[in-house]
Amino acid sequence: MQMPEPDRAALGQRSELVARFREFLPSDSVVVDEAALRAFECDGLTAYRQPPMIAVLPETTAEVSRMLKLCKAAGVKVVPRGAGTSLSGGALPLADGVLLGLAKLNRVLEIDYPNRAAVVQPGVTNLAISQAVEGEGFYYAPDPSSQIACSIGGNVAENSGGVHCLKYGLTTNNILGLEVVLMDGEVIRLGGRHLDQPGYDLIGVLTGSEGLLGVVTEVTVRILRRPEVARGLLVGFDSVEAGGACVADIIGAGIIPAGMEMMDRPAIHAAEAFCHPGYPLDAEALLIIELDGPAVEVDHLTEIVRGLCEKRGAVSLRVSASETERLNFWAGRKAAFPAVGRISPDYYCMDGTIPRARLPHVLARMAEMSGKYGLRVANVFHAGDGNLHPLILYDANEPGELERAEDFGADILRLCVEVGGVLTGEHGVGVEKRDLMGTMFTEVDLNQQQRLKCAFDPDGLLNPGKVFPTLHRCAELGRMHIHGGRMPFPDLPRF
Amino acid sequence: MRDDMKPLNEEHLRECVAEAVAGGAPLEVAGQGTKRGFGRPAAADRRLELSALSGIRLYEPEELVMSAGAGTPLDEIEAALAAKRQMLAFEPPHLGRIYGHAQAGGTIGGVFACNLAGPRRFRAGAARDHLLGFRGVSGRAEIFKSGGRVVKNVTGYDLSKLVCGSFGTLAALSEVTFKVLPAPEKTWTVLVFGLGATEAAAAMAEAAGAPHEVTGLCHLPAAIAMESTVDYVAGAGTSVTAIRVEGPGPSVEHRAGALKAMFAGRGGVEELHGHRSGEFWTEIRDVQPLLGRDRALWRVSLPATDGGAWLDRAMAETGGDGYLDWAGGLVWLAVAPGDDAHAAAVRQGLNGGHATLMRAPDGVRRRVPVFEPEATPVAALSRRIKEGFDPKGVLNPGRMVEGV
Repeated sequence: MQMPEPDRAALGQRSELVARFREFLPSDSVVVDEAALRAFECDGLTAYRQPPMIAVLPETTAEVSRMLKLCKAAGVKVVPRGAGTSLSGGALPLADGVLLGLAKLNRVLEIDYPNRAAVVQPGVTNLAISQAVEGEGFYYAPDPSSQIACSIGGNVAENSGGVHCLKYGLTTNNILGLEVVLMDGEVIRLGGRHLDQPGYDLIGVLTGSEGLLGVVTEVTVRILRRPEVARGLLVGFDSVEAGGACVADIIGAGIIPAGMEMMDRPAIHAAEAFCHPGYPLDAEALLIIELDGPAVEVDHLTEIVRGLCEKRGAVSLRVSASETERLNFWAGRKAAFPAVGRISPDYYCMDGTIPRARLPHVLARMAEMSGKYGLRVANVFHAGDGNLHPLILYDANEPGELERAEDFGADILRLCVEVGGVLTGEHGVGVEKRDLMGTMFTEVDLNQQQRLKCAFDPDGLLNPGKVFPTLHRCAELGRMHIHGGRMPFPDLPRF
Repeated sequence: MRDDMKPLNEEHLRECVAEAVAGGAPLEVAGQGTKRGFGRPAAADRRLELSALSGIRLYEPEELVMSAGAGTPLDEIEAALAAKRQMLAFEPPHLGRIYGHAQAGGTIGGVFACNLAGPRRFRAGAARDHLLGFRGVSGRAEIFKSGGRVVKNVTGYDLSKLVCGSFGTLAALSEVTFKVLPAPEKTWTVLVFGLGATEAAAAMAEAAGAPHEVTGLCHLPAAIAMESTVDYVAGAGTSVTAIRVEGPGPSVEHRAGALKAMFAGRGGVEELHGHRSGEFWTEIRDVQPLLGRDRALWRVSLPATDGGAWLDRAMAETGGDGYLDWAGGLVWLAVAPGDDAHAAAVRQGLNGGHATLMRAPDGVRRRVPVFEPEATPVAALSRRIKEGFDPKGVLNPGRMVEGV
């Protein structure tokens, strides 16, 4: 993985920039000390590390704007960062860039229950939004596994999902408005407490843009009334195929559960050993199905789902009888990553999405690859929406294992694309999958995406080196080649 | 002489656009043309008709996904989904009739290009929330794609969002792939009679904030309710506030009962079942209560709790008629067209929201910004985006903003 060559001119402006930042920021908000900069050297993708040239921690939109304006004038790159929980290196700093930390913008500004909206700053954690409204019986639906730590600004940048997004949508489906600072310091406001902004859907493209288009300084989210009841079903199958077919049966019956997760045998065993949720150790596949809604509806659907599972030959089936039991079902799934961490010195988490029906094929091919690379793999899977998280187990102390794990991971992602899926379901492209973009997109596709970037950030100063395998200058992307003025298909009917 | 083009496949579509670029001859991009009256009149002499890029190409009900040529009639899509007891959850309006077309649904490409959504919008999202991917031809005469066929996808920029609501100004779509959902087993509607508009907006906020998972909330003043073809509504003799619940049978019965109890003390309460309920929401979706009024039509999006008071004021100031959908967050308003369709009065007090002139004579639509004007830096950004996709301005120029 290569990052753009550090720019000497930018490095030469370091002390000048620090002085200018200190004109409007307290000294502890401008980090220059080498040891302190280490705190920012990576995000959740710890294989890549790079301390930034400077880190800046503003507290207001005006400070963000002023800081970006200075960087733009100096031609210095900026990497925005929320809580730093990205798993794809989206917030990996640049040696010649300023790291813009948004953690100090951490206030819930307003809660509007009648309009079911909350206005928050980007540094507020995902879970804190739900906590702020739970007293009135509301919550914020998208729930990435890192929700205790990840920030809503980062969720917008990565378009984060979670187990509930099958029924309730991703971040992009739950954002009503944004305040964004562009690279030139201009502050724009989009959307609000009404639905559908006029003009081009800028909220739509900013969400999931991985910090390449603008810096989010305020978010208006949709909050929902918490369902009356949530109930879990824990269902074991003697094959992954049977589990997958059962998922299709449930959706085919017109039921959209609040969540539907599957784990394979290695993941079941690791989770059971880690936190003892009572998972069936004789099962090859475990489905956790959550149904939510009015009690009478959940009762009704539980019986239908139970029937479908039995018809597919479930080897074990438990229905949660209490909230404690439901949470216990989830405990193992939510702890799957640390659980796997205990059975292997290191693991590498992949994040591809596939059409669900291709799951047996993909798992079989992954088992073959596991043999080829000599590395074990455990699988947790958002079964409802096809988002796979294969965990490749390796030992970084064994020479060559990290590289083999990375090659294995890339092969898995290529396989996802080959069966009609995508490179990343929720973790983002970042630096991690950047060089694989060509397996999914043509050069024309990628150039068109980069032209969108040019509209927001013509100098390419915002988070460069992420998402796109090749950096283009906007001027060269502007060129246009037209092949003659010949009348195409002259024999086709016109009217 | 007009030299309209009707490409038969994607490559041919690309060549049609290439020819327009080379000849400097802009194109009006259209499906069946049912929504030609929506937006500003495009400044183009030639029409690029996509209706031949038609047909469902992939439908996997268990995967909740469908792909179709952009020119596929919405009716065909909806019939195929209904056969498997599924639906487009965003409930696209069949708007053709407000523009005088008998074929009201138009094409699936048109639905996404206009990013329209019906009464379920406030709960289920707009068209843009359901488009997973697309293929199309940019104004650079290049075939490109974005997105995919799976729900969870964060690979690259979400250009699917951008083409939704771009009115064909960024790309001529050739194929769209979208999410579908199971159709509800049962649909009931609770009617509450006699609420004023402000009172109704508060009642709707209360219903939307309750745990009863309502999927439709609208309010018709007495004069509009009379226009309904549903007898319970037309015969009410007063205003009607409607609350829809959908889902499995026992759940719908339980929730409708709870809602009736919630509003029992606040006016007469009735229930609509089965086809009557379906017919009522189709009317609301397609703006039928205002159809007979041969006037300019506005569609106003604003914070839901503001809707009632805003409607009362706008009706008083413009002499128009209207009703509330989306729990009060959407107002449909019919006014005399005049020179400017009362644009200044309509664009007042939106509290961050926006007003779209949905129907008016061409002259009025040239004079009045059809879409809410954007703040200067946002407008500049939109212009740069357009240039990135269509530098020569050959795709629907002027359809959204004069001169762009």
